[in-house]
Amino acid sequence: MSKEKLLRIENLTLHFNTQKGPVQAVDGVFFELGHKEAVVVLGESGCGKSSLAKALLRLLPRNVSRYDGKVYLEGTEIMGMDDETYRRNVRWIRMSLVPQAAMNSLNPVLKVGDQVAEPMVVHHGVKKEEALVQAAKMFQHVGVPVDFLDRYAFELSGGMRQRVAIAMALVTAPGLVVLDEPTSALDVLTQANIFNVLKRLKHELEVSFILITHDIATSSELADSVAVMYAGQIVETSDARSFFKEPLHPYSRMLMASVPRLRANIEPEFITGQPPSLLHPPTGCRFADRCPKRFSKCSEEPPVFNVESKQVKCWLYES
Amino acid sequence: MTTTTNEKKTLVEVKHLVKYFPVRAGLLQRTVAHVQAVDDVSFNIKEGETVGMVGESGCGKTTIGRTMLRLVEPTSGEVIVDGKDVFKMRAPQLKEMRRNMQIIFQDPYASLDPRMPIGESVMEGLNIHKMGTKQERYELMLKTLKKVGLEEYHSRRYPHEFSGGQRQRIGIARALALQPKFIVCDEPVSALDVSIQSQVLNILKDLQKEFGLTYLFIAHNLSVVEHISDRVAVMYLGKMVELATREDLYREPLHPYTRALMSAIPIPDPSIKRERIILKGDVPSPLNPPKGCRFHTRCPIAVSQCSQEEPQFKEVKPNHWVACWLAE
Repeated sequence: MSKEKLLRIENLTLHFNTQKGPVQAVDGVFFELGHKEAVVVLGESGCGKSSLAKALLRLLPRNVSRYDGKVYLEGTEIMGMDDETYRRNVRWIRMSLVPQAAMNSLNPVLKVGDQVAEPMVVHHGVKKEEALVQAAKMFQHVGVPVDFLDRYAFELSGGMRQRVAIAMALVTAPGLVVLDEPTSALDVLTQANIFNVLKRLKHELEVSFILITHDIATSSELADSVAVMYAGQIVETSDARSFFKEPLHPYSRMLMASVPRLRANIEPEFITGQPPSLLHPPTGCRFADRCPKRFSKCSEEPPVFNVESKQVKCWLYES
Repeated sequence: MTTTTNEKKTLVEVKHLVKYFPVRAGLLQRTVAHVQAVDDVSFNIKEGETVGMVGESGCGKTTIGRTMLRLVEPTSGEVIVDGKDVFKMRAPQLKEMRRNMQIIFQDPYASLDPRMPIGESVMEGLNIHKMGTKQERYELMLKTLKKVGLEEYHSRRYPHEFSGGQRQRIGIARALALQPKFIVCDEPVSALDVSIQSQVLNILKDLQKEFGLTYLFIAHNLSVVEHISDRVAVMYLGKMVELATREDLYREPLHPYTRALMSAIPIPDPSIKRERIILKGDVPSPLNPPKGCRFHTRCPIAVSQCSQEEPQFKEVKPNHWVACWLAE
């Protein structure tokens, strides 16, 4: 690692307490992200993707039982900070979030312009007028007409609301934005529009993205690298080009094969069974029960193997 | 596929279907406006065929499916199933007819009664139609569950004990139990993870082969529709803008809206570079749709005629119907 990466996550863990026992939502997650890059975190529902977003931004519910690991943001470790330092120096200053269902996360009784300006007032202590100027600038970047500043969320369409939520995450000029399923509730045409906006922003504002999604096809538009998540763990990291051509982990392969493709006469496949419960995840490889390539070794937990520049958590790649 | 479907008999015929929802306001709840959800839509479905229906949210896809089964009363038009007009039927005939027409709902999490074991849910239709003896109904229920890959012990469980994919299969079993001829599939896979979508699609295909079912398959995902349909209809703001065989529509879309939709489909391969058609603005409100062609406000190739006169839905090539002035 010659150059300092923007973000390096090592062994990030987030467990929740429930009446039935601890839920291992995020378990030893690792990946890296460079400047002006986008990493896609792929996985099925319930694999811990959104918990990962919460863990990164430290937006934790009360029932957390375990929260540790190391996260280096531009070289500084942020997990060791106390909550106030974190709030002052990291959240929305260097890293922000576009929450899931961002369309419905706007306050219905505040004008959207005020909402977009709010992080500037709170985090940078600027006057409201200045903040509104900044908000107007952001509206232009994400492609919302500036006169929408005075509108309320219900007056905007789904795609416009999503853009406003993105503007709110970008207004304080953070270097990293976490997008949690930014387009899953939108139509194809609106999806394509939002992704074009994100691509442009990556260049214009020199911002990096962590894109959390289950939509493999759409995510390929933006991705520079890919991290595949299964049952709370990262099972593969790779650069986007080789991942979309030929993923390594059996889970990634089956996930890719299940995507219906246009004008292709290949029948999409499916993965039998369902992901294991994160309450009592299986010992050994967590995918073993659904894996067509399992063999005796899979009852032990595989370590992470390096294959060229990629990393795979699967015994098949033991060399 | 085009040649074989031509010889087959038409099972469902939709003629000039219109559905306006009144918007009421004020103290007296007077009707102040109408949402033109479906406006003059005609098409037919042949026996054993799957017609896919795509469009953005709010374009009236679901309303068409529901009015066809008279789950929503139509404003005007005709739906003829098996030679009989569904809209003219009185309650007893309609009940009889519903045995032949079933629906699979969009959200498998919301469409099953949470307090009813799923076996009961699947048997409910059989009980209502008093089909066979109690024992026969029970056996038919088990047989149907097996068809969708569920076992006898599952029948005593409640919906919350199942995953999304399993629930959608229960929804299919519920529709299938009455051995209908025609099933409206209203976005049956859009709430499911990709990894199990194709499982549900495969079940639908297999059942079609086995029982000769006819489907109206409503979805917003063009790639999913391509995999299951024989013909595909494209909806925009309550109007049908294009209808063609799957091969023709995906090879040569004629309506500019269809072309934009096609170009927006993501391909999971970053090495492919494509020209994308980006539509400006949003879908206009169906409360007050634009005059002339409803798409002219966003159309990249609109001419002056488009804002004046409404284009007819015409067959411009054999089996390829389009409503666009420029496609003639």
